[in-house]
Amino acid sequence: MTEHGNEKRQELEALVGRILEVSARHGASDAEVAASEHTGLSVTARAGDVETVEFNQDRGFGVTVYFGGRKGSASTSDASDAAIEDTVRAACNIARYTEEDTYAGLEAAERMASTVPDLELYHPQPFTADDAIARALACEQAAMDADPRVKRSDGATSSAHTSTRAYGNSRGFIGSQHGTRWGLSCMVISQGETGGMQRDYWYTTARRLDNLEQPQAVGRRAAERAVARLNPRKAPTGTYPVLFTPDVSGGLLSSLIGALSGGALYRKASFLLDSLGREVMPSRYSVTESPLEAGAMGSSAFDGDGVATRAQAFVADGVVASYVLGTYSARRLGLTTTGNGSGVHNLDIAGPTVSAADLRRDMGTGFLVTEMMGQGVNMVTGDYSRGAAGFWVENGEIAYPVEEATIASNLADMLMHVAAIGDDRDRRGNVRAPSMLVEGMTVAGVQA
Amino acid sequence: MTEQVDQAVLALLTPDALDLTDAEAALAELAHHSVDVGELYFQLSRSESWALEDSIVKDGSFSVEKGVGVRAVSGEKTGFAYAEQLSRQSLLDAARAARSIARSGGDGRVRAGKAQPVSPMYDGIDPIPGLAEADKVALLSRLDQVARAADQRVSQVQVRLSASFETILVMDSLGTLAADHRPLVRLDVSVIVDSNGRRERGFAGGGGRFDLATLSGYGEGLAREAVRTAIVNLDAVNAPAGPMQVVLGPGWPGVLLHEAVGHGLEGDFNRKGTSAFAGRVGELVASPLCTVVDDGAMFGRRGSLSVDDEGTPTGETVLIENGVLKGYLQDKLNARLMGVAPTGNGRRQSYAHLPMPRMTNTYMRAGKHDPAEIIASVEDGVYAVNFGGGQVDITSGQFVFSATEAYRIRKGEITDPIRGATLIGNGPDVMSKISMVGNDLEIDRGVGVCGKDGQSVPVGVGQPTLKIDEVIVGGTEA
Repeated sequence: MTEHGNEKRQELEALVGRILEVSARHGASDAEVAASEHTGLSVTARAGDVETVEFNQDRGFGVTVYFGGRKGSASTSDASDAAIEDTVRAACNIARYTEEDTYAGLEAAERMASTVPDLELYHPQPFTADDAIARALACEQAAMDADPRVKRSDGATSSAHTSTRAYGNSRGFIGSQHGTRWGLSCMVISQGETGGMQRDYWYTTARRLDNLEQPQAVGRRAAERAVARLNPRKAPTGTYPVLFTPDVSGGLLSSLIGALSGGALYRKASFLLDSLGREVMPSRYSVTESPLEAGAMGSSAFDGDGVATRAQAFVADGVVASYVLGTYSARRLGLTTTGNGSGVHNLDIAGPTVSAADLRRDMGTGFLVTEMMGQGVNMVTGDYSRGAAGFWVENGEIAYPVEEATIASNLADMLMHVAAIGDDRDRRGNVRAPSMLVEGMTVAGVQA
Repeated sequence: MTEQVDQAVLALLTPDALDLTDAEAALAELAHHSVDVGELYFQLSRSESWALEDSIVKDGSFSVEKGVGVRAVSGEKTGFAYAEQLSRQSLLDAARAARSIARSGGDGRVRAGKAQPVSPMYDGIDPIPGLAEADKVALLSRLDQVARAADQRVSQVQVRLSASFETILVMDSLGTLAADHRPLVRLDVSVIVDSNGRRERGFAGGGGRFDLATLSGYGEGLAREAVRTAIVNLDAVNAPAGPMQVVLGPGWPGVLLHEAVGHGLEGDFNRKGTSAFAGRVGELVASPLCTVVDDGAMFGRRGSLSVDDEGTPTGETVLIENGVLKGYLQDKLNARLMGVAPTGNGRRQSYAHLPMPRMTNTYMRAGKHDPAEIIASVEDGVYAVNFGGGQVDITSGQFVFSATEAYRIRKGEITDPIRGATLIGNGPDVMSKISMVGNDLEIDRGVGVCGKDGQSVPVGVGQPTLKIDEVIVGGTEA
């Protein structure tokens, strides 16, 4: 991974410009184009040796043409002049058959991002397959050495990826961004003298290679997690508080954002219809995004419509302050875009926090959930029922590992019953959730 | 050379002024290192979709993807690279990157491929131009009208029509040369119904490897089915929580088998000893009433393939026979390392992904019981007929699947619909608790997507009605 990022950005911006010209030549009244290029290396080591070395290189572009309120889209992995002609023609052909949609079309020019600040997302450095192999091997070895009950490895993967994206439209906006993403993960399998096998994993990811956790630390953490799950029992069936660790609590915040998003609202497919100004969480919590935060995993200066992003609260002091809107859904709802045409960026929950140990003490007796399985969320009604594994907690202390449990409630109730959050925000992803304690869920396991 | 291979060369290589000798040169480049096998996988896929909401066809999109994946395998090691631009140079560059996994010093010898005749599992005809654009749009509008006419409580209707056509050509240094031409179509209808402030959703979809005219024939039935499931859920009561007897309906609930046994029987997990089923061939792993097979050679099904993505012809693989574990699903790499034959289950999402052992169409054979008799045998339990998705941890054997249409059974009678609930169990444990198997085997209507290691492939599932004596139901009524 070496430094030639700015040329790549210029190349993609030029490509976007060319495709917009071709679209205009084909008679489109408006057009928008997104182009991207990803390159990367991913190496997996297993059982003390290299297992796979993968070199990634993906390119592609997509174009949407508008003829008034009719639109058509097309995409391809081929950026040759002939393919551009063919792709634009295919989009135009589709637009001959789609129907007039009064809400379709580009955003007003004044809402487009006027500048694209450097968000410090691009940190390339020389990194060969041999470097990746060494890191993966060290990580796996640390996991295998951590505990005799770690019996086998499912591999450690070291990866380095660079992505460059450009977006432009016929209202005069063309912007591009690039970023690096370094990663290291490890999955191992534990087995005790009795009972079955258990697997668990750990991973680290960052924009800068030197911000990753050390390979040995990742391996040891994977091993600890796999060993802690040995000899699980079933949970008692009943109504209990549930403490979600940061690995899994992001799903709650994502469901909240999904329910506040314009697409779900105009389709009446949300359990938070007409919730603007309504209390949906306890008043000590706010849910915010910080798209322009330097060096963060989800940062972006413009959204999928070219609109400038901004720091904002979706829930302020427990009350819905804003929906999550892109150009189309905003127009469809008679509102203004919030710069979320491609989702949220660097989502946080803010409010008073306590330590993980205090959260367990606050919970008393309940279910500490470290892994969830399945979908089981009905966004129309908020009905929630998912598989879960983790630990049973009694009087604030971990009593035993739990598997084969479900947790169920309704998302609207769960959000109102967030009793406390931790000081352990997980910054590895775009949704940066802390531990969250939710009261009054139904746990199903053995018959009480 | 077979006709399939000739057509694939014409579609994949000829437009870039390449031919099979250029591909052989790239294989020879791979074989200059000490690899066991080098492989090239060329793919061209064209796809189109149309979407209706608010009673208008708002969106349509078309996409073309083309490229070559180059793989070098040496022992348990795999080197992989791919290219979107097809040229002599890009083939050689990808080959040099992929072979870096192995030491130099190979003899560069490649066994010339000779294609074997294979009976195709579908008509190798592109479905996209098979129906005029105006007719596609008219179909969506008609289904919108059918759904809205089915019940006045319908407030939203979304309809999506998708069609794709994929041509693949695979050749390796051990003499494999095979091609496949794969149509795939799908129609999805989802609705929201609104009644006195209570809202519910409903969904129905279907498809397979056939043409759009065939698919349109199912359309109105799907639209009415989507409305029916939504209306049923308007009256749903809270689901019970805890271990219960569960009867699963025929067809799509076969997602049970996909999660509870299918993934755990994939060769890679068993070679590495990470599956709960590892080392258990010949053991009783399910009730003796259960015979589970994977069959990629069912004509026109969503999971069907004429040859898999490594060029191996597909067929029926018996996984569990009368409760006894018979074998695993294999791609070439894992079959070689385990000393067994590949089963035609080597699949990949695209040229940019590595192949792995994957399911095709996985189902349980019919048993003896009348479905009505099965329901009548349950004193207090749940009858689940429709599901969202599922997930499995193949190491512990834990799996979930989430019911979207289910009913309470009391005293042998189907009573109230219950709200969606996730069922959770342990694969071998739940399979051993299957106590009745119906005589009404159905394969699903063709909507399955299976994810593994970040790769998605289309699959089918199926089963007859069956009864599980105890599984945990994740409702809210403790």
